[in-house]
Amino acid sequence: MTQTNNPLPPERLLQLDDVNVHFPMREGLVKAVNGVSYHINRGEVLGIVGESGSGKSVTARSIMRLQPKQALDAGGSIRFRRKSGEEVLISSEDRQSRTMRDLRGNEIGMIFQEPMTALSPVHTIGTQIMRTVMLHRNVSKADARARAIELLTKVQMPRPNDIVDRYPHHLSGGMRQRAMIALALACDPTLLIADEPTTALDVTTEAQILHLLKSLQQELGMAIVFITHNFGVVADIADRVAVMYLGRVVETGTVDEIFYEPKHPYTQALLRSIPKLGGQKARRLKTISGTVPDPFNVPPGCSFHPRCMRAVGGICNVTTPPEVRFPNGQISRCHFAEEFRSEAAE
Amino acid sequence: MLSLIVNRILWAIPTLIFVSFISFVIIQLPPGDYVTAYVAQLRHSGEYITELQEAAMRQEFGLNDPLLVQYWRWISAIVMHGDFGRSLEWNMDVKDMIWDRLGLTLAISTLSMIFTWIIAIPIGVYSATRQYSFFDYIFTVFGFIGKGIPEFMLALILMWLGYAYFNMDVGGLFSRQYETAPWSWGKFVDLLEHLWVPIVVLAFGSTAGLIRVMRANMLDELGKPYVETAYAQGFTERTVVWRYPVRIALNPFISTVGWALPALFSGDIIAAVVLNLPTTGPLLLKALQMQDMYLAGSFILILSVFTVIGTVLSDILLAVSDPRIRMA
Repeated sequence: MTQTNNPLPPERLLQLDDVNVHFPMREGLVKAVNGVSYHINRGEVLGIVGESGSGKSVTARSIMRLQPKQALDAGGSIRFRRKSGEEVLISSEDRQSRTMRDLRGNEIGMIFQEPMTALSPVHTIGTQIMRTVMLHRNVSKADARARAIELLTKVQMPRPNDIVDRYPHHLSGGMRQRAMIALALACDPTLLIADEPTTALDVTTEAQILHLLKSLQQELGMAIVFITHNFGVVADIADRVAVMYLGRVVETGTVDEIFYEPKHPYTQALLRSIPKLGGQKARRLKTISGTVPDPFNVPPGCSFHPRCMRAVGGICNVTTPPEVRFPNGQISRCHFAEEFRSEAAE
Repeated sequence: MLSLIVNRILWAIPTLIFVSFISFVIIQLPPGDYVTAYVAQLRHSGEYITELQEAAMRQEFGLNDPLLVQYWRWISAIVMHGDFGRSLEWNMDVKDMIWDRLGLTLAISTLSMIFTWIIAIPIGVYSATRQYSFFDYIFTVFGFIGKGIPEFMLALILMWLGYAYFNMDVGGLFSRQYETAPWSWGKFVDLLEHLWVPIVVLAFGSTAGLIRVMRANMLDELGKPYVETAYAQGFTERTVVWRYPVRIALNPFISTVGWALPALFSGDIIAAVVLNLPTTGPLLLKALQMQDMYLAGSFILILSVFTVIGTVLSDILLAVSDPRIRMA
């Protein structure tokens, strides 16, 4: 872990190195996050893609120090650059430490998957935003209210002066997610963590929310960690992508690299399973064989090998693949990553 | 909001009328009437009553009139003159018997309810936020024991402890010299000295129950996404817990606070009998045993009216506390 000691490059906002989060269960230890490393620069959008249970949400919660209480921090470092420019080692902070409370809602905002239940049902939208503003900024109630209306306007909420006094149950799902975004942006965070923010919305609303997030990101210059299981959404919003499988990042690269030159069999298989407009109509979609393994019995070696078309006995089921770094910055955790270079045009 | 309150109050009126009629009918339901019970008692003590005398008594008390006529006579006197009729057993006006006891009952029940809430809510919240911790287990054990011990048993134990070890005058609400004395400062102090036993007895079981309910409600709420959202704003754990999930976990209590009134009015009869409390419970029990219809009827009527009023109050409080209710 020599990396941890080097100072962060100046453009770096957040860096995770070999983060491990384990859950002790009656049936055994679940390594939900098993050596995850990724980073995000200022003003960048990082898409994190993976199936349910791949550890993407738990990793995101580790950044906030809001992982479930029974979770064990099993090593690794999470570093964040504050607005002041100083570096903070989040992974050594306590869940309730003053530093963490100061970061949350102030420098790191978070949006959740369920807009229907992620807002307090017994407080008005305005109250909820005002409380966050007043917690982190020394402002009067009237100023906080003005800020709440400004934020609601910014997220293109219709009739912000009226909505500010409304309760969440008066709002539609899309409006609630806008309110949620306004809440997360209350103190102009430099990092926004969006945990499947559009999964619970219908496609039209999803497109609107994505569009809104993109324009807000450009306007405010914040970085976004965008968690999703939807490749289409990633293509729409992300600059770079990290693909996760069973608690590991198996591949990282820019959107174009991931979509046009995937260097990990899992990414390749995922992309092949997406229906394409204008494709050959008669062809059946390729699926990934098998199912995600039981988290208590993660396969040895490369955890993807039982489902991998290219798995080679004696290698893939024995040794965990190292990170293979390509000159363009793409990273793949596959023993045969180098070999894909030539086939990339496939 | 205003329309909801008016709506609830308007609906309470037909409910009250219906309930008053039902309480009168219930009193009439058991075979025989007050005269039957009275005559049986006299015969038991050796006196002889002729059929004719029995019939005359029925005539005198108006027991031969049709049910509706009797009901109308009863309810119109109550509504017009506040006259609840006469207790046939005690040969006193019911209103003179009830109001004194009603005041004490309300005092005891209100105090024990406040006592219960002050203790149970913080413990319930603690147990939920520190689930499976050492103190959670302690409170859980206390909760089950508290639920399991019958109130009269606890009353007996406390009385015995007080009498045997602290040489206290236990039972009742007043010392002998104050029992019939008019209200004075001395009597009030004397009341406070006696009051703690019934309050502890009455609060014990309900505290235990309330801790369990509060803990379960809180556990439900703590897992909800809005709590995580609140944490993600940077609030301290205490602020998050008390501002958000507690607000919502209290709703079931608010919606039942109205029932506490009638429950404490009649539900603790056994404890009240054991403790010899001059509250309404023991009197109601006696009135029912004797088929003292005007007394029992008045009790049941007051109980029902309390239930209806309590429910209306609960509804209004709930609407104040939870904006989602106001929608309906």
